[in-house]
Amino acid sequence: MSAKGEIRIEKISKAFGSLLAVKDVDLSIPAGSYCCMLGPSGCGKTTLLRMIAGHETPTSGRILIGGEDVTDVPTGSRGTALMFQNYALFPHLSVLDNVAFSLKVQGQGTAQRRDQAMNMLKRVQLSHLAERVPAQLSGGQQQRVALARALVTNPQVLLLDEPLSALDEFLRLRMRSELKRLQTELGITFVHVTHTQPEAIALADQVIIMDHGVVEQSGHPREIYDQPHSPYVARFMGGQNVIFGTVGTKGKDGFAVTDEADNKYKLDSALALAKGQKVAFAVRRDGAKLASGKGRSDNAIKGEIRNIEYQGTFVKVALKTCQKDEFLVYLSDGEYFASPRKVGETVSAIWPIERNHYLEGENNSSGDPTGH
Amino acid sequence: MQSSSPKRKTSFYLLAGFFGLFILFLYGPMLSIFILSFQGVQGSMTFPLRDASTHWFGDLFTSTRYGDLGGAFRRSMIMAIAALALTAVICFFAGLAFRKRFWGSGPIFYLAIVSLVIPGLLLSFGIGQMFQLSGMPLHWMISGLGAHLSWTLPFGLLIMFAVLNRFDSSWEEAARDAGATPSQILRYVTLPILFPGLIAVALFGFTLSYDEFPRSLLTLGTRNTLPLEVANMTSSVTTPALYAIGTITTVISLVVIAVAFSAIAIVQRRRSKRMATS
Repeated sequence: MSAKGEIRIEKISKAFGSLLAVKDVDLSIPAGSYCCMLGPSGCGKTTLLRMIAGHETPTSGRILIGGEDVTDVPTGSRGTALMFQNYALFPHLSVLDNVAFSLKVQGQGTAQRRDQAMNMLKRVQLSHLAERVPAQLSGGQQQRVALARALVTNPQVLLLDEPLSALDEFLRLRMRSELKRLQTELGITFVHVTHTQPEAIALADQVIIMDHGVVEQSGHPREIYDQPHSPYVARFMGGQNVIFGTVGTKGKDGFAVTDEADNKYKLDSALALAKGQKVAFAVRRDGAKLASGKGRSDNAIKGEIRNIEYQGTFVKVALKTCQKDEFLVYLSDGEYFASPRKVGETVSAIWPIERNHYLEGENNSSGDPTGH
Repeated sequence: MQSSSPKRKTSFYLLAGFFGLFILFLYGPMLSIFILSFQGVQGSMTFPLRDASTHWFGDLFTSTRYGDLGGAFRRSMIMAIAALALTAVICFFAGLAFRKRFWGSGPIFYLAIVSLVIPGLLLSFGIGQMFQLSGMPLHWMISGLGAHLSWTLPFGLLIMFAVLNRFDSSWEEAARDAGATPSQILRYVTLPILFPGLIAVALFGFTLSYDEFPRSLLTLGTRNTLPLEVANMTSSVTTPALYAIGTITTVISLVVIAVAFSAIAIVQRRRSKRMATS
């Protein structure tokens, strides 16, 4: 038996004409979890969400919710509720009637449905605006109405399409924690589509990162952030530097790897690598230290300082190296100001061998959230 | 005291003069007809106005020399109301249908619009010929109404497109997501949101039919509508009664427009009232 609100996606594909938006996706989202689907625009995350909601029909594959095959069950009777990106509040109905809409179409009496809708509005702290029309509300208030309208049906699964993208920075952070609080309180499954990585990390129990219609990696946010599967995931999640090199000989402390500028690194000897193989690996930005640019040490990269930004709790130093991407080092402010640097200086970034994380996936997309 | 404003430029006075002329040209003729319809018994069809009276209005209803004016008016009203209803209903659903690119939607759209370009008189000839060929008698409510619809429907469809431009289809999706059936979506979401625009479409259906002349000319059969009746009268009647007809029909048009606008206002009032009472 599957728990209520568990979502299983089996071999789902969706084609729009000749364009394959979602390719053969297999996924499992546990009941009662907060799941974020992350990826650049056009990666298929919204299409996948709309298929779970029933607004798009998959070209092939099955969708199961709570163990039940809902692939052909119409929207509105599969236990899901979708919160639209633009909220899609009915402009001709009051806030109260917007929230009561789904109860009205179920045939509930006016008094009963308004009572129930009012309770839901109290839950999102909007009962005092019940008689307004949506055009008289601020963006944040409209969003709460949309949330209340979706939740009033007691869905097993709440689907949120970029719910925070229309809000300003301050409101976004507030609504973010409110969403998390609601999900914990209600204990239902939330599936939240976003293209902002901090949002996903902050909220999710499970992050699904997509690109070009396929799932690149799925797991706990820490796992995805710390152990990305491919250069694309490492870049998209941020916090990592991606380094490309060629495998040399295997010593007792691991495989020797050299890059184009003859910087030398070491990768774990347990990996199955062959001599001459091109490899990519990631190093966390907060894992490296800076040393003087003279001489050469192992597991270090030489570069010229391009930019120094003070960020309050840390200092961000950008190095121009032989690699395609800038190499970023996050130093704690105490550490940095003990030996400040100048732009234009040549330095080495150096880190312990065990910080090297081998990237087995091949996707080398830029990880730019606005597309490619 | 007038506050000191910057000196107007010559271009302002030129443009204001032009606008004044434009207004005069628009409403001057209507105003003269309106005034002259109150001509006294001894007055002629031209200024000056002698002993203003409502004589010619009474004359319209009592004298027999104006033919079947009442019948023509009744037929015009019935046709215009039928055109209003059919235009609103057909254009509403046609507009909704054209949101999807269905098979053949392009050619069908152009076919529907082309009848706007065809001269009305030609169309009138054609319809007359067609009915004669097929042996069907011409009748104002059949061939006549058909001819009017060939004019009001494409017009209404174009207005409907403009109305739908501001319609967000995610409202319908949200309703579907809430479990509404297609008919519930239509009743509770699509129709109420589009209703003010739909009144505009209906209004065009009414006024375009009510004063249609060329498309009526050879399609009405044995009975005339008001525009044809009035056109006939211009050759035989030489009294200000003609102007009285003009005044009455203009007032009726204005009343219809006023009713339509109040309908929109009432809908909007109801929405804001629901908001005010708790």
